[in-house]
Amino acid sequence: MTPPESAAAENVLETRTAPVAATPDMVSRGFDPASGHMLLNMGPSHPSTHGVLRILLEMDGEKIVRCEPDVGYLHRGMEKVAEVYGYNKFIPYTDRFDYLAPISNNVAVATAAEKVCGIELPPRAKALRVIASELGRISAHLLGVGAFAMDIGAMSVFLYCFRERESIYNYMEALTGARFTVSWTRVGGLSRDVPPGWLDSVKRFVDGLPKRVERDIEELLTTNPIWVDRLSGVGVIPKDVAVGYGLTGPALRGSGVEWDLRKESPYLGYEQYDFDVPVGEHGDAYDRYLVRVEELKQSCRIILQAIAKLPDGPIDVQDHKLRLPQKRSVLTSMEELIHQFMVVSEGPELATGERYFGAENPKGELGFYVASDGTGKPRRMRVRGPSFTNLSCLPYVLKDAMLADVVAILASLDFVMGECDR
Amino acid sequence: MSEPLQVIVDPAAAGTPASAPPAAVALLRERHGDGVRALMENRGQFRVLVERGQAAEAIRFLRDDPRLRFTFLVDVTAIDFHPATPRFRVTWVLRSYHTKETLVLQADVPEDDPSVPSMTHLFPGADWLERECFDMFGIRFTGHPDLRRILLPDVFPGHPLRKDYPMAGIMTDQEWAEHIVSRAQREEGHD
Repeated sequence: MTPPESAAAENVLETRTAPVAATPDMVSRGFDPASGHMLLNMGPSHPSTHGVLRILLEMDGEKIVRCEPDVGYLHRGMEKVAEVYGYNKFIPYTDRFDYLAPISNNVAVATAAEKVCGIELPPRAKALRVIASELGRISAHLLGVGAFAMDIGAMSVFLYCFRERESIYNYMEALTGARFTVSWTRVGGLSRDVPPGWLDSVKRFVDGLPKRVERDIEELLTTNPIWVDRLSGVGVIPKDVAVGYGLTGPALRGSGVEWDLRKESPYLGYEQYDFDVPVGEHGDAYDRYLVRVEELKQSCRIILQAIAKLPDGPIDVQDHKLRLPQKRSVLTSMEELIHQFMVVSEGPELATGERYFGAENPKGELGFYVASDGTGKPRRMRVRGPSFTNLSCLPYVLKDAMLADVVAILASLDFVMGECDR
Repeated sequence: MSEPLQVIVDPAAAGTPASAPPAAVALLRERHGDGVRALMENRGQFRVLVERGQAAEAIRFLRDDPRLRFTFLVDVTAIDFHPATPRFRVTWVLRSYHTKETLVLQADVPEDDPSVPSMTHLFPGADWLERECFDMFGIRFTGHPDLRRILLPDVFPGHPLRKDYPMAGIMTDQEWAEHIVSRAQREEGHD
């Protein structure tokens, strides 16, 4: 792909920086008689903003002239928490990033911490992380597509999607003990192995899922004239704009950039699995929908392969400075007791180093810049939430859009404010 | 062309086989000479420490050079090394879809003048990332068209990701409520 020309990049910038509410009339009355423009406040708790996103729209009739997103309503200071609590105690907080796929966030943060020190997981732990993370992706995309359909007015798809998601919640409960806030991974391993019979029932579920997706989602939507009319040509993001704004995930691939971190810089052994990366053509809302539906099916393929060749063995690294030793040896040996005490109270100590790691999460690239200073707590744990960067292109895509299309465009970007605001 | 730079390997990656620095590093040195201060490595991921005055030029070069094409600004952040000096290290993570490389560029920033050039004229996506970095660390990105807080409210005191900012905040809930109310009254002209 070609780099955006400087001129093109600067054009993009112009549409972005124009301020909303420039004139005194606009500020005090929300209406500017000179231009006839009106100010419209959308959110922070509008059903289509999927959380607490506020958008300030300057309207010319039904057309959007400028827009200014206002984020931060859900800011909880996650990065500060990570610096104070350390790696393992931070994992429950990661459940609250993209809370539609908490297990994928757990996997990403643990892998990021391991990458700094080059901790190599046992093969079984890697494969289980892949299975869990793809289940998370299925769950997030089901909700993404379902809520998308509901925003456009197709209620039944939403209900079908939630039926499937219910099964995934049940698997999460069996695997981790919690349906929603799973906190499943640990630095250097997993909190627990799969329960008996779990893999078989996941296999049955995933086996039939592509068929059900075709029947319950695609047949209802993909060729539905209302759906196509509402979405095609709406919210077009050209390739160079998508790259310039740092879009990732289905939003980037919908714009025709073939980039998936699972393929391009594989982690957790993703290179062993055979799967396709769907790419859109036009970069509109319809393409982003198609990409998501196809990714659902590809995740099923990955899970089936991972279950088929799931190796036996430990799920933790055999280093008791990182992972808890067996309880039996803690009760009988002094050294193991000390290790257990240190791992729990101080956290697993990682040597000094810095590294950026990005994981391909359902919404895009969940990146962590971990700067370790040799203690159990990171000096800096930067979280790059994909929803944050994906939303930063809103002033571009919403410009000149119709008010009724805002709902479609927002839903097609499929963001989660927990991850945007962190 | 000056001497090849010594690669500083992270202690966390000590003992791992050394990898060759990517072509971008040699090209950067060729252009910026001593502006490239140091080169650090963690298992194949290289971090280039540049003079902060040359950061914009270096990133523009990395983006536009046809051999490199680092067209994707993945992340902008900072690390606070308080109480060491220079205090901050601003970090840009760049990626090339062309060579599939990820390169980290860093620049040291002192506490008394925490400013670096903005990259918004190169990457529109830098806008929000720089605003967040300003919000959290108080780093000023010179040339940013609209540098104001993004996640925290405008009235928030201080920059919470600085190491000297306490976890519990610097105001009690009561003080915080009074702070907001008095500010709102001032703005409405009741004061």
